[in-house]
Formats: sequence, C-alpha cells, structure tokens
Amino acid sequence: MASKAVLFDGTLCIGCRSCESACAEKWGLPYDEEIAAEERLSEHKLTTVVTRGERYARRLCMHCVEPTCASVCPVGAFRKTDLGPVIYEEWRCMGCRYCMLACPFHVPAYEWSKTLPKVRKCDMCNERQLAGKVTACTEACPTGATASGDRDAMLAEARKRLAENPAQYDGRIYGVGEVGGASVFMLSAVPLTQFGYRSDLPAEPLPVLTRRALAFVPDVVGVGGVLLGGIYWITHRREAVAAAEGKNRAPRRNHE
Amino acid sequence: MNRGLPLPKFTYWRAVFLTVMALGAYAAYLRFLHGLGASTHLSDDFPWGLWIGFDVLCGVGLAAGGFTLAAAVHIFNIEKYKPIVRPAILTAFLGYLLVIVALLFDLGRPYRIWHPLIMWNPHSVMFEVGWCVTLYTTVLALEFSPVVLEKLRWRRALKVVHGALIPLVIAGVLLSTLHQSSLGSLYLIVPHKLHPLWYTPLLPILFFLSAVTVGLAMTIFESWHSSKAFGRQLEVPLLRGMARLLAVLESAYLVMRFLDLARRGALGPAFEPTPEAGFFWLEIAFMAVPALLLYFVRVRANPKALYWCAVLAIFGFITHRLNVSVTGMERASGVQYVPKWTEVMVTLAIVALGFALFRAAVQYLPIFERGGEEERPSEMLASAGATQAGS
Repeated sequence: MASKAVLFDGTLCIGCRSCESACAEKWGLPYDEEIAAEERLSEHKLTTVVTRGERYARRLCMHCVEPTCASVCPVGAFRKTDLGPVIYEEWRCMGCRYCMLACPFHVPAYEWSKTLPKVRKCDMCNERQLAGKVTACTEACPTGATASGDRDAMLAEARKRLAENPAQYDGRIYGVGEVGGASVFMLSAVPLTQFGYRSDLPAEPLPVLTRRALAFVPDVVGVGGVLLGGIYWITHRREAVAAAEGKNRAPRRNHE
Repeated sequence: MNRGLPLPKFTYWRAVFLTVMALGAYAAYLRFLHGLGASTHLSDDFPWGLWIGFDVLCGVGLAAGGFTLAAAVHIFNIEKYKPIVRPAILTAFLGYLLVIVALLFDLGRPYRIWHPLIMWNPHSVMFEVGWCVTLYTTVLALEFSPVVLEKLRWRRALKVVHGALIPLVIAGVLLSTLHQSSLGSLYLIVPHKLHPLWYTPLLPILFFLSAVTVGLAMTIFESWHSSKAFGRQLEVPLLRGMARLLAVLESAYLVMRFLDLARRGALGPAFEPTPEAGFFWLEIAFMAVPALLLYFVRVRANPKALYWCAVLAIFGFITHRLNVSVTGMERASGVQYVPKWTEVMVTLAIVALGFALFRAAVQYLPIFERGGEEERPSEMLASAGATQAGS
C-alpha cells in the first residue's frame, strides 16, 4: 500500500472542532467545552483547532518522513510505518521524554498527572489506515478542510489548490520543506507562524545532526584504544628499561 | 553544602543532613506516589528540568576526575598522582551511582531503566549514553573493588582485579570519552530550540573538555575537604600541578568557546540586554577568573586560593550545563521553568547522600594512603599487584 498523508486546508475550516471530538472519541478521551477551548496539544488532546480571529489552523503530529522522535528514542518506541503513521509503542517507553525535547513541532505530550505515565500523540489512526479507512478526523470533517489519502495524491492536490487560487493562500505548503518532509500538509491563507508553527526549521532531517556525532563512536574506540595501549606500553617500557640498565639507579619516584 | 565534611561543627551539619534527608524522603514520596506532575514544574513545554540539567548532566561531569586520574597514573605512568587516584575513583563511582538514583526519579517509568540494554536504537544518542554509563559504572565498581577487597583481605580476588586493571582503565577512558561528549550531543538535535549562545556543533567537544577540566577541580575540592575533615596533610605539590593543568585546559576551553561563537556569528546576543546574556557572562566569568588566577604561582602555592579557584571552576561548569539545559531552552519553550521545591529537595538530598557516603567510605575503607607509619600487608600486596600489572 502507498504511504498515506493528511492534508489540512485552513481556508476551508470553519472551526467546528468536529475533528477534535472525533479524535477524543477514537482515543476514549474526555471531551467537553472546557477541553475544546484549550487549543493546545496535551495528554487528553491529540489534535486541536487553533483560532486566530476568523482564521483556523489545526495541530497534530506531522508524521515526519524521518521522524526526530524515532531517531532520539533510546528504546525505539517510535516507528514510521510503511503506511505513513509514526506510531508509539508504549510497552518499550521508559519515560525519558527525549522525544518531547527533540520534536521540532512540539507534539508529544506526557501524562504528567499519572504515576505510571506514557507519551500521547496522534498516530494518524494507524489501525483505521490498516483497515483501509481514512482517519477519524477526516471522516468527521464536514467541509473537507481535513482530507486524507495517498501521500502523493495529497501533495498533488495541495499543489493544485495553490496553483488554481494563488491569491487565497500564503503561497507555501507547510510540511514539505520542513526537517525532511512530513506526512501532514498544511495550507493556510496567512502564515502558519501566527498559529504557533515555526517557519525557521531546517530543510534537512534533524537526525542527520546526531548521526554525524555518533559516527565518531567507532573511531574513538578504535583509535583511542590503540593510542592508550601505545602510551601505556611506552611509559612503562621506559621504566622497565631504566630498571634493567642499572639496578643501582632506582626508577624515578616522587621523593621531592 | 560545600562544608558537609569538616568536623568542628559536626552536630550542626548532622542536623542539616538529617533535615535534608527527611525533606528529600518526603519529596520522594510525593514523586513516586503522586507522579511527576505533582512533584515537578515540568510540562509538555519544558520536559527536562533540574534532575536532568543538574543531577545527570552535571553529576556525570563532576565525576570525571575518576577516569582522568586513572589514566594519568595507570596509562601515562605519572606516579606522583597515585595518592589521589583512589579518592577520585571513589568520587566517580559514587557520582555515577547517584546519577542513576536521580534518573530513577526523573524517568516516568523508572522500573524500565534497563530497557535500552535490550531494546536497541543505535541512532539515539541517549541509547549510547545509557550503554556507556552502564558499562562505565561497572568498570568503576571493579576499579574501586580493590579498596573493599583489601579491607576484607581477599587476596585472590584482589590479584584477579589487579591483573585486569590496565584493560579496565583503558575501557574506562574510552567509555568516558564517549559519554561525556555525548551528553553534549544530546542537544545537537535541537538547533531550533537551544539559544545560539549555547547551540553549537562543538557541543560534544565542549562537554568533554569541560568535564576533564572540572574533574581536576573536583579532585582539588575533595582533597581540601578531606584534609580538613581528617587532619591529613594536603598534597599541595600535587594539587599545584593539577591546578596548572586546570588553568591550561580551562583557557583552551574558553578560547575554543569564543572562536566558535565568533565563527557562528553568535557573539551579538551576548551583548543584548537579555537574561540569556546575563547567564552567559556569569558562566564565562566563573570559568575565566580561576583560569587566569591559576597562572600565578602565588595563587597556586596558597591552598586556600587554590581551593576557591577550584570552587569557581566548578560553579562555571555547573552554570554552563544549566545554561544549556535550562536558560538556553526557555525562550523557545515559551515558559519560564523554575524547579519546584520537591525537585530541589531531591537534588539536595542526593548531593548530601554523596557527601555522607564519601565520608563514610573514607572513614572505613583504605582510600587515602596513610603516611608510612602503618604500612599494612594489604597495601604491599596492592603495590606488588600494580608493578606486576605494569611489567
């Protein structure tokens, strides 16, 4: 099956929050007016609509092509599946929260109130995707602001909309050029920075940065080991030679 | 906290210690029964706080004296430092054990701390740190074991450990090099979050160099306290030598730090009226003052001045690591993180526990070499073992 993606078009969104309640229902999370008004991702809100006057945007996991969370997790609890979703395997997680520190989109949330907490984030309805269905938020959206389907098709659709109505959009597809690309694309009439999105993310995937450092590990072990062994041999050889040359001349000790 | 050892006011410090431990125990109760939300000011915006920034990042660095001194004496064969290898290894061993204790507080599911050992992700810096810290703590336990074995007079076990000493020391140096630098690499992944005064591709190198430097400062610090507490002669010539090395390394570090800032064009923010700039200069001052002062023979010859220079260097180190983990991360997070009292109390209790354990170990185990008058057979065996390993 082809890799899936979600396309959100802010110009079609009416701020009805059907996506939020569908998401809460899917995860079995509480949802009421108070939670609806929170407008931020948290342990009980895995997607949210963000309102700025008459304009709307959505926040949810971007399902990066090269996910930072999957790269930093010491126990490999995050995985990008062939189908597109970045999924989280709770049974591996020890709760170090490096994923939260590292995520460039500020997505993973933690169950701070629980004694045995886990990370919470959108999984692009992995189980529904496996069953060939669209995400719960897509199904619930009354205006088509949220759409989902094959990644290539979603990207083509986004490009088409930009080309057909250039005046209606701010001119970019968010999620294409950020940290190596994502599987969630955002279209908006105004820059998404107004909704808390960052426009200054590097184009290359973040895991490249740590991979570069980790590449030195074998060198440190190999070269370092030989070097230290060599130094040990030389420094102690000198002493042995001195001892052998003249037993009357004791090796230098610290009698100062 | 810095006078936990001296005897004169022992009852006073004992009271302080017990208070800290009692409050720490209550904080631990809150942490483990009510969760991280109830016991910390951490949040989705600020997931790493004092326990990672101080207890882990500083704790591991402050314990770096163990591998540097072990290397100096056993690999480089600089015998004059031999009297302070044991206290340095003791500090390192206790340090790493306490870092693990702190991690158990910080991890959401501490009972899964062993997961990285079987669930591998070699792309993760944290995975590498986890493995190195586990292995190095084992190495430290073995490097420290002769002290206990001597006390117990288990000569055969002692001989085995001495035979393995050099490979152990080499492994210890390699593992330390890897994870001391990797603690800096942890932050390579957040170029968009860490302030430009602290984010640099050189983070791993800066973390390694500062750890080696502070390891020397810690050795001076603990030698001074031990001499006060136990009425020992201070090893002034030794400490002088280390102080000189400290000055050189700290200077090299600062030169590298400023060259890097200049090369990245990040010096501008240092002169803007922001909290970040303030904390940056505090960090630099704490490091630069001892680095400069210790070039003067008069300062190095004066034990008290030497001691205070070491304390400043330690403060500089701690400020840098807290700047990386807290100050530099705040702006991008959009929140201001101030640790909750429970976080502070747990940290203080862990530090106090470290002092107490160090003190107890020095009191009951042959850590410091007694000056000649009571040479015990076990010590002779130890030195015999050392020469044997050296041949």
